[in-house]
Amino acid sequence: MTPAPDRLLAMYAGMLRVRLFEERVRELFAGGRIPGFLHTSVGQEAVAVGVCAALRPDDYVLSTHRGHGHLVAKGGSLRGLMAELYGKANGICHGKGGTMHIADASVGYLGANGVLAAGCVLAPGVGLSIKHRRSGQVVVAFFGDGAANRGPFHEGVNLAALWKLPVIFVCENNRWASTSAHALSTAGGSIAARAAGYGIPGESIDGNDVLAVWDAVTRAAARGRRGDGPSLVEAHTIRWVGHFEGDPQAYRSKEEVAAGRRTDPVARLERLLRDAKVLDDAHAQRVRDGIVAEIDDAVAHAEASPLPEPHEALTDLFASYPWRD
Amino acid sequence: MDFGDALNKALREEMRRDPRVFCIGEDIVLGVPFGVTKGLCEEFGPERVLNAPISEAAIVGSAMGAAMTGLVPVVDMHFADFVTCAMDEVANQIAKSRYMFGGQIDCPITLRMPYGIGRSGGGHHSNSVEAWFVNIPGLKLCIPSTPADAYGLLTTAIRDPDPVLVFEHRGLYRVTGEVGDAETLVPLGSADVKRPGRDVTVIATARMVHESLAAARRLAEDGIEVEVVDPRSLVPLDRATLADSVRRTHRVVIAEEGPMRGSTGAWLAWVIMEECFDDLDAPIARVAGPNVPIPFSPPLEAFATPKAEDVEAAVRQVVK
Ligand SMILES: Cc1ncc(C[n+]2csc(CCOP(=O)(O)OP(=O)(O)O)c2C)c(N)n1
Repeated sequence: MTPAPDRLLAMYAGMLRVRLFEERVRELFAGGRIPGFLHTSVGQEAVAVGVCAALRPDDYVLSTHRGHGHLVAKGGSLRGLMAELYGKANGICHGKGGTMHIADASVGYLGANGVLAAGCVLAPGVGLSIKHRRSGQVVVAFFGDGAANRGPFHEGVNLAALWKLPVIFVCENNRWASTSAHALSTAGGSIAARAAGYGIPGESIDGNDVLAVWDAVTRAAARGRRGDGPSLVEAHTIRWVGHFEGDPQAYRSKEEVAAGRRTDPVARLERLLRDAKVLDDAHAQRVRDGIVAEIDDAVAHAEASPLPEPHEALTDLFASYPWRD
Repeated sequence: MDFGDALNKALREEMRRDPRVFCIGEDIVLGVPFGVTKGLCEEFGPERVLNAPISEAAIVGSAMGAAMTGLVPVVDMHFADFVTCAMDEVANQIAKSRYMFGGQIDCPITLRMPYGIGRSGGGHHSNSVEAWFVNIPGLKLCIPSTPADAYGLLTTAIRDPDPVLVFEHRGLYRVTGEVGDAETLVPLGSADVKRPGRDVTVIATARMVHESLAAARRLAEDGIEVEVVDPRSLVPLDRATLADSVRRTHRVVIAEEGPMRGSTGAWLAWVIMEECFDDLDAPIARVAGPNVPIPFSPPLEAFATPKAEDVEAAVRQVVK
């Protein structure tokens, strides 16, 4: 299955938006404008965009510590996201969350997460609610290859499979969990193969090919909406940057990253579009200029926004709490 | 020597001394993120410095299994926040094994707990979690504030036949101080007077010891002499040293970083009341974090961070 040219162009723009957004965020962090422990998804854009392109706007996403790209791809407001990364009062979470703990309920983005694999057990519950409301939605739980070694991954997949819940488990296998190589931390060699143990489809795909991701998730979503239950997709990709900003990356070679860059998912789709005469230089430049303008606007907005008042630390804890404790 | 290096020295010496000692945790071969375990794998090899998958329940659980059967594990929790992912292993298994099995089982585990607020770590990487464990009988808890104490307490913890949690405030890793060449152990249950003073006793742990010392210096300029007492271990607790100080000063401030409610400080306040109610000339004052998760944005995080000014204000209140 191949999407129509306009959808391909949207995926191209989507990946470029994630790429340029993350690169800008890295610069801003290096310049001291953004605080926190920052994990970016440069190089992994095809997973975020391929997945979200296969979803309906009202579908849900549960994200990870490396979640900016998922939110950008899900259609989150760059202004709200950037202001949150800055810790500003008008960030999506009023500065309470920051890079690793952002949610944007308005686009079904139910939260980045500082705790690995946490989303894998929230997902079946979202699936239950979808089933209860007969809304035909699906929920995607993103997690890393490292996180797949935590118990909640197994518990979440089992429950979703047992109760045939509309969940898509998407493993972003970028070969590394911080300093730990996938092969040295993961028995059996394949996350996708774990699906067999729970009797659900498990697919291992090229996560740098946005169309392969889109295709796998389109099928998984259809299966979920039909009521046939969850799927597991393992998307192989490469993180081009450090695990966190400032990571000296002593654990891997420069060649590995260089090889990764040669599989650039954005350039790959761009080539395909150019070969198909859907994209030319002028058009590509327009797309890029548009995205840069959006990001510039988000940065200007974040820069101009006020920091929260310190005592705002006490708000948002409960729906209301008129007592003194 | 800095606090992190002092911990590294303790690990290295104990691993040399006792071949049963091994380290297990995530990313510990390279010692990411805090560098405490750096270089251990080069010296002791991957069989004693186990880089584990991201599997907290299995890491802590297997440490217990190993401890029950003759090894001496030192677990690196990476961030203490993630102990929640192994809470059954800590609270139900490790803490209870000796007791439930009528004293048959030794559980000589050390859990290293890098914790604390700072640098916009946000809600999942900033918590001061020691109070959770105060409420779990069967665990020993220590909480160093200086490199020498870090070295001395970790060494003691590793040699202890029971489970010991060592809370390492991540804001202290680069704090420097003297660590003697000779093996200077700090026994569990021995508080330390970090600064003598006649007017007010401030009982503080970890980072709050440093904040309290800063407050004491400022208060001294106004003629208020603060005694800063660091319990160093919460279980067992050196009641005698705390009570002795309070009997001399008659006024107490208790300073900790975690949230105010149901906390270590609340328990210490009760201990002081039980030990020396009649000696108190003022109600006990407490400094602690607000009852909220740790927020990300710098001004919000700063608001949630108890500081020297807060200790100073509390001292002024109890001497009024
Ligand atoms: C439960 C838990 N354990 C440990 C950590 C610390 N940590 C943060 S990211 C990371 C590596 C994650 O690897 P992976 O799941 O493969 O995702 P990636 O970073 O490669 O995107 C670790 C160990 C955490 N955040 N949560």
